[in-house]
Amino acid sequence: MLTSIGEIIDRTRADGVPVWQVVLTEEVEDTEQPETAILERLNERLATMRSAVERGLSSDAPSVSGLLGGGAHRFETWRHSEASVVGPFVGQVIARAQATMEVNARMGTIVATPTAGSSGILPAVLFTAADELGFTADELVRGLLTAAGVGQVIVARASVSGAAGGCQAETGSAAAMAAAALTELRGGDPESVSHAVAFTLQGMLGLVCDPVAGLVEVPCLTRNVSGAVQAVTGSELALAGLHFPIPADEVIDVMGEIGNQLDEKYRETARGGLAATPTGQRLATSVRWDGPGFENTNAARARDLAREAGISSDG
Amino acid sequence: MSVFDIIGPRMVGPSSSHTAGALRLGLLARALLGRTPERAAIGLHGSFATTYQGHGTDRAVVAGLLGMAPDDPRIPDSLSVADQEGLEVSFEPVDLGAAAHPNTLRFDITAGEDNVSLVGASVGGGAIEVSQVNDRAVDLSGRFDTLLIQARDVPGTTATITQRLAATDINIAFLEVGREKRGREAMMIIQTDHAIPDSIVDEIEEYEWVISTRRLSKVTD
Repeated sequence: MLTSIGEIIDRTRADGVPVWQVVLTEEVEDTEQPETAILERLNERLATMRSAVERGLSSDAPSVSGLLGGGAHRFETWRHSEASVVGPFVGQVIARAQATMEVNARMGTIVATPTAGSSGILPAVLFTAADELGFTADELVRGLLTAAGVGQVIVARASVSGAAGGCQAETGSAAAMAAAALTELRGGDPESVSHAVAFTLQGMLGLVCDPVAGLVEVPCLTRNVSGAVQAVTGSELALAGLHFPIPADEVIDVMGEIGNQLDEKYRETARGGLAATPTGQRLATSVRWDGPGFENTNAARARDLAREAGISSDG
Repeated sequence: MSVFDIIGPRMVGPSSSHTAGALRLGLLARALLGRTPERAAIGLHGSFATTYQGHGTDRAVVAGLLGMAPDDPRIPDSLSVADQEGLEVSFEPVDLGAAAHPNTLRFDITAGEDNVSLVGASVGGGAIEVSQVNDRAVDLSGRFDTLLIQARDVPGTTATITQRLAATDINIAFLEVGREKRGREAMMIIQTDHAIPDSIVDEIEEYEWVISTRRLSKVTD
């Protein structure tokens, strides 16, 4: 089990291999699965991630609550207009981070990376790198391994759960993972991968989890956009040769500490932050089902919701 | 902690802890009962109590009780499926104390004469921790194939079973034995690296001191 970015870097030095190889070797040892089987499964996951992005970009379907829907598609059109200043790389990252989150919010199939609430970030960064910079699926799978190594360290030292550590633990972790993957894919050495993690996560510290109406929608979707852009920025800073003075492991540790200190209302309970604003509360009332009592979920409600949102057709 | 815990699960949204993790707890509760329940009372603690409907936790838990995988496309419709399969479900908020993880569920489920209870938390990214089985403290992650054996408290039971597993090259990752009172019933919890085949479970059930066995297949990737 990987518990330290510093230790991963030591092992890349000792064995003369990249970060993704250290993660793969560790997985082989832990699970007694052959490398080929692990790579094949990761390739399948990658295909599911790609499919979620494509469906999100092409569909205007609303979320189950109706709070979200069509944003990725709309932004995709906007970024091609002359009025947009954001450029093709970051523009695609912004559109795609929304795409997966929209599919997720209508109960479509996604890959949690590391969580469903932060599932927009890694695919947005990886597939944009593939399309803009020409990486192959096999190279992206290596990116998944690099990202997974960072995620494993974060789970060991802090948390990836919004209920335990706030949004910094979810989108912050996802962004750090994506930054590491992007940096190594683009030829960064293990030290720069570590700096990319530190640059990215330091910018996400303290972020609270305050989902309006308790849904993985607002502000989760746009926090995925912020995290994805932060990941690109962190990777760029690291590849430019800049060094963040606090090591990645210590940034991760402090993320965990901050998470433990967060009041419960900022940890996914929908009782604080944006969820508790007057508008947040109004939205919650408008989307919450207030049928016959808390004790009894009834199938009719589920059927109605499914019909209204057309979620049954969204495989 | 596998790379597939971080790059995964592949799942129906919207929340790995409120949907996929909750579903896995449902799967374990179902496995503990040994079949599809007829009635399920679900207690929701902490964050689960306030946000369970928005995150689809209700549908995920029921999907797990019905034996669906985290990426089963029927999850959004699981409450209707439950209706069709004769599973009656109720949800209510519970307070399991300050020490309980904010995303904790309590299951009290029944089928015919059988009833079981399970308390477990969804700790993030789809990972789970089961802390109680039939009101007895346990520590299960769903990462291992697990065999629960209820037996009369007589000498040699643990040795017999561990030797039986060793003879088939099944490696034990964790073994826990406990009893309520000397000479009465003991509970053995065996978590293994390899799946335990039906034939071995059948053999173990034949021992005259075994009262019941339950196999909980691993629910993580």
